Amino acid sequence: MLIAATLAILITMGLALARALMGPTVYDRIAAVNMFGTKTVLLIAVFAFLSGRTDLLDIAIVYALINFIGVVAVLRLVEHGDFHSSGEAVTKSTKVDSE
Amino acid sequence: MIIDILSWVCLVSGGLLGVIGGIGIHRFPDFYSRLHAAGITDTLCAVLILLGLGLQAGLSLDAFKLFLIFVFLFFTSPTASHALANAAMHGGLKPKLNNANDEVKS
Repeated sequence: MLIAATLAILITMGLALARALMGPTVYDRIAAVNMFGTKTVLLIAVFAFLSGRTDLLDIAIVYALINFIGVVAVLRLVEHGDFHSSGEAVTKSTKVDSE
Repeated sequence: MIIDILSWVCLVSGGLLGVIGGIGIHRFPDFYSRLHAAGITDTLCAVLILLGLGLQAGLSLDAFKLFLIFVFLFFTSPTASHALANAAMHGGLKPKLNNANDEVKS
C-alpha cells in the first residue's frame, strides 16, 4: 500500500510538472511548483517508511519550510520585479508610485 | 490489524485525492479554479497521507516528526494559496466568469 501511495504521488507530481511547463500565466506555473513541492514532502515521508529509514523525515520537515519560503520569495519577485531588501522603504516608494 | 486497514485506507484515499487534484489542475478553465484544485488537494491529500503514515508509526518520535510536517503544511499551504491568489488579483488577472459582459467590469 505504501507503493500505491508512492505511485499516486508520482503521478500527481508528473501532472503538476506538466502544468508548470505549459502554464499560460506565470501564476499557473507558481501554483504548480507549489503543488509539486508539497507532493515532494509527502513523497519523502512515504519513502522514509517504505525504505525503513525514518531519519528522512527530518529532510521532509526542512523541505516543507524551504518550499514555502521559496514560493513566497518567487511571488515577491514576480509582483515587484525585484527583491527589495528593506521593507520600510519599499512600502513608502510603492505608495508614492501608485499615487 | 484494524489500525493497518485504517492506515491503508488513509494512504490510498490520500493518493487518490492527489491524482484528482492533478487532473483538476489540467481540466479547469482559468487560473483561480486551477488554484482551487491545487490548494484543496494540497491540504487534504497531505493530511490523509500523513495520518496514514502516523498510524503506521505508532507513538514514537517519528509520529511527532510527522505531526510537525502536518503543522507546517497545514499553516503554510493555505497561506501560499492565498498569497498566490492575492498576487494574481493584484497583478491584474481577472477571473473568468460565465456572463462575462456585466460582472467583470468592477
